[in-house]
Amino acid sequence: MTRRIVIDPVTRIEGHAKITIHFDDDGRLADARFHVTEFRGFEKFCEGRPFWEMPGITARVCGICPVSHLMASAKAGDEILAVEIPPSADKLRRLMNLAQIVQSHALSFFHMSAPDLLLGFDADPATRNLFGLVAAEPDLARRGIRLRQFGQEIIEHLGGKKIHPDWAVPGGVGKPLTPESRAAIAAKVDEAKTTAIIALERFKPLLDVYADERDNFGDFPSLFLGLVGPDGAWENYGGKLRFVDHDGTIVADQIPASEYRDHIAEVVQPDSYLKSPYYRPRGPVDGVYRVGPLARLNVCSHFGVPLADRELAEYRDRGGRTPSSSFWYHYARLIEILAGVEMIERLLDDPDLLDHHPRSHAQVNRLEGVGVSEAPRGTLFHHYRVDRDGILQNVNLIIATGQNNLAMNRTMLQIARRWIPDFRPVPEGVLNRLEAGIRSFDPCLSCSTHAVGTMPLIVQLVASDGTTLSEVRRD
Amino acid sequence: MDRLRLATVWLGGCSGCHMSFLDLDEYLITLAEVADIVYCPIIDAKEYPRDVDVALVEGAVANEENREMLLRVRERTKFLIAFGDCAGAGNVTAMRNPLGDPESVLARSYVDTAEPPSSPPVAAGIVPILLPRVLPIHRVVNVDLFLQGCPPSAPRIRNVLEQIVAGRRPPFDDMVVRFG
Ligand code: SF4
Repeated sequence: MTRRIVIDPVTRIEGHAKITIHFDDDGRLADARFHVTEFRGFEKFCEGRPFWEMPGITARVCGICPVSHLMASAKAGDEILAVEIPPSADKLRRLMNLAQIVQSHALSFFHMSAPDLLLGFDADPATRNLFGLVAAEPDLARRGIRLRQFGQEIIEHLGGKKIHPDWAVPGGVGKPLTPESRAAIAAKVDEAKTTAIIALERFKPLLDVYADERDNFGDFPSLFLGLVGPDGAWENYGGKLRFVDHDGTIVADQIPASEYRDHIAEVVQPDSYLKSPYYRPRGPVDGVYRVGPLARLNVCSHFGVPLADRELAEYRDRGGRTPSSSFWYHYARLIEILAGVEMIERLLDDPDLLDHHPRSHAQVNRLEGVGVSEAPRGTLFHHYRVDRDGILQNVNLIIATGQNNLAMNRTMLQIARRWIPDFRPVPEGVLNRLEAGIRSFDPCLSCSTHAVGTMPLIVQLVASDGTTLSEVRRD
Repeated sequence: MDRLRLATVWLGGCSGCHMSFLDLDEYLITLAEVADIVYCPIIDAKEYPRDVDVALVEGAVANEENREMLLRVRERTKFLIAFGDCAGAGNVTAMRNPLGDPESVLARSYVDTAEPPSSPPVAAGIVPILLPRVLPIHRVVNVDLFLQGCPPSAPRIRNVLEQIVAGRRPPFDDMVVRFG
């Protein structure tokens, strides 16, 4: 008789998902799968609407990274207008996108994953959360909350709202920064930087403390994708696409967003609303690639800001040029927070941020546009086709998290092999490791299922005839 | 006085309302001094508990699991708040409704844009079935308070929570009723 374990829902992630673990007739592990159970259908219902509305609508794909959608959508809109946006708009959008990366990474580390990393994977689930962290480490928890607040406040200063600001538009942005806002942001930079450094110093020893997790949370060769500048520097808003291989060899470089289809194709899994993109030239099996902090650090040569570059050098000393374990996502994420804060600090000195004309005006000049940006969790594509009046005929979104779908499934199998090689009652802490494996990717499932819905997570332990052995769910 | 048992629930929404809840920032620490957060996407409770005093419910009812969850929440909660415009009015989540049945929406995502073209996911008991129409939550259960907004801002959420903690029913005013 085959059996399975179900974890439903997976908690401390952004969205609704389940994990199932399958066993064969002899009770041996057969497979472990990650399922996204939410679907919303943005691609379809946007058709027939004016492309001008897209930044506002697609921001509602996701409340965690609305800014990322705002950026990708506005950039696709810039293409349709066929205008060059003012340099001030470019810098203002960068500022907001960096703030978005800082706040979202702070959420991932402090609110979601620190309970596992600092309280322990086997800690009591009743207190293994942000509030437990507040009780155990009040200073660090408060710092984490304030770091996220730092990012959110920059977004509010620029867009007037912390979540779903209607600010970036095709052609530029709605408003510049005011001198008062600039001063308010600058006053908080030092604290944010200190918090990032404290978190990094807390994390580094964990690479040895959790050696078993480090080596089993999705450690396998894959490709990596991210944006880089012309010189290969780390990018988040501009730049072009680069794929590197597991050993750091550049496979494809400086690909403009408009050519994404030549490099990326998507397959559907029968048991998940999350589609699985792969690197087209290598096919769905060998073409597995990862995106997000780990990938961005693996594709780039350097940051171009001093503290983060020093951290990057140490990171590569510890893990090699391209670390392959998904446990390293946490480490990469913390370095990106530090880089983000340093870049924000540097940008604030730029007088262009206060320029009163951060927008170019035009009508539809091209019938197609692709916009790409780096969301906190990876590369995000918006592809629109419009008619002469700017009415959308076709919309395709490739969401960051979807691109990690194949890798997340591999991670599930690897963790199950290590901790549940055959069917037996498993302690809660083991199931939590499966969830933690998913958390390291910081998936955003509201995004990934842009296509239509919500995402509970379930982990199932299943025998190979489909009988559910045990199930953990979060609705 | 007994500690308040507070829950937050995420149905068919973008999580923006939950992010706004997290924008309470350091007030979250204050809140945890007087209330137990017994169910929430950021804590590891897998099952919605009994005897919940107040629940903030984000999102509309988009699939069978959302519906079952909402009925369970209603049954186990004294004061249920429709949290945000999706819960209160359908909003963006309901934008698929004019397209008719969910099949065409699914086809667009899983057949037309996938290579090779595939069919929408089916896995009984794992991937929930979409409802023919997305519904605001008051079409399924009784709601005690509507806190509108897309999302409601953190100061507005705080206003409601502070009144509840003080044992008052939040008044029906501009702090509560404001869409968008
Ligand atoms: S009301 Fe707005 S912020 Fe809240 S879930 Fe719906 S779209 Fe997201």
